[in-house]
Amino acid sequence: MSAVVEIASWAFILAGSFFSIVGAVGIVRFPDFWSRLHAASISESAGMILLIVGMCLQAGWTLVTVKLLIIGIFLFITGPTATHAVANAALTTGLRPKEAEGLVGAEPRSAKKS
Amino acid sequence: MMFAVAIIALFISMVLVLVRLFGGPTLYDRVLAVNSFGTYTVLFIGVLGFLNERPDFLDIALLYALINFVGTIAILKYFRYRKIGDMSPLARKEETGL
Amino acid sequence: MRTIGAAAGLAVLWLLMSGVYKPLVIGFGAVSVLIAVYVSRRMDAVDGNRIQLALKPFVFLGYFIWLLGEIAKANWAVTKIVLSPTMTLRQHLFLTSYSQKTDLGQVIFANSITLTPGTISVEVEEGEFLVHAVNFCDEDLDALAEMDRRVSTTEAVPS
Repeated sequence: MSAVVEIASWAFILAGSFFSIVGAVGIVRFPDFWSRLHAASISESAGMILLIVGMCLQAGWTLVTVKLLIIGIFLFITGPTATHAVANAALTTGLRPKEAEGLVGAEPRSAKKS
Repeated sequence: MMFAVAIIALFISMVLVLVRLFGGPTLYDRVLAVNSFGTYTVLFIGVLGFLNERPDFLDIALLYALINFVGTIAILKYFRYRKIGDMSPLARKEETGL
Repeated sequence: MRTIGAAAGLAVLWLLMSGVYKPLVIGFGAVSVLIAVYVSRRMDAVDGNRIQLALKPFVFLGYFIWLLGEIAKANWAVTKIVLSPTMTLRQHLFLTSYSQKTDLGQVIFANSITLTPGTISVEVEEGEFLVHAVNFCDEDLDALAEMDRRVSTTEAVPS
């Protein structure tokens, strides 16, 4: 394997590890549920993409790369869907974010509160 | 070597997410933590396969990704409707009144 | 026609995922492809729902690359918030309108909103999404309008 690819995959995997930790720290540090959603989506987008790309570069042109890409595409589609589902469920049960000063939050028009 | 770094980083992340899972004030914090934990687990299994030079682990990672997604959706559905089975609108109306 | 396409797709998926090319294993693959196609044909008789991928592939590829850039920028912004000692949050829940005609376009737009950290689509209304932003500023509205316009260009509206 050429040195350039080796260095690039190092960089991708280190950056992916960094974003994973940042996402986890965010999940612990943020004050309320709504902001934690955003921290979780850091690790689910940046961390995941960078780690998968780094591993693809390590694997080269093999079947392993295809599997990695399938995992990547799957996580890329389901990650936001799961986040949306959690947020939607929280909204339906009446959880609301703490609005910043001077801003009024929009309410869902079809308020389907059980 | 770099896989060792990634493994350690993912492990630290998983421990931090577990802190939120045990301490999370609301139910949805916990569901979110479980979902994130699942994503980290998928990546962890993949990196572990590379670390041991046995990329066959990726099949397990793929399976885990599928189960994780379906599991999260099933938990949320259960907490919203208190039922997992047939949730076509008519049946739902009859069973739960939602 | 669709059945043949589905069978070919499943067979390619099996060959890629298994990686073992012995006659016995390939035979198992062929049997499972046949069972899957048979079951899905039976299920098709029940609901007959067709999903159409009304997308322009090359425009979508361009959009995807643009989206990756947006994800990188948004990630960096949220990372700075997480790592700053004070964590200045400015949370806001607001409505943004979408202009996509097809369901698939709306799904792509909503998923793109959620995929860029800092904004999450929370609820789908008639013609609008309810979006939550963690650090709201007025440029967010422009950025979302830009994304909306770009997603709309990838759609191939069915006749």
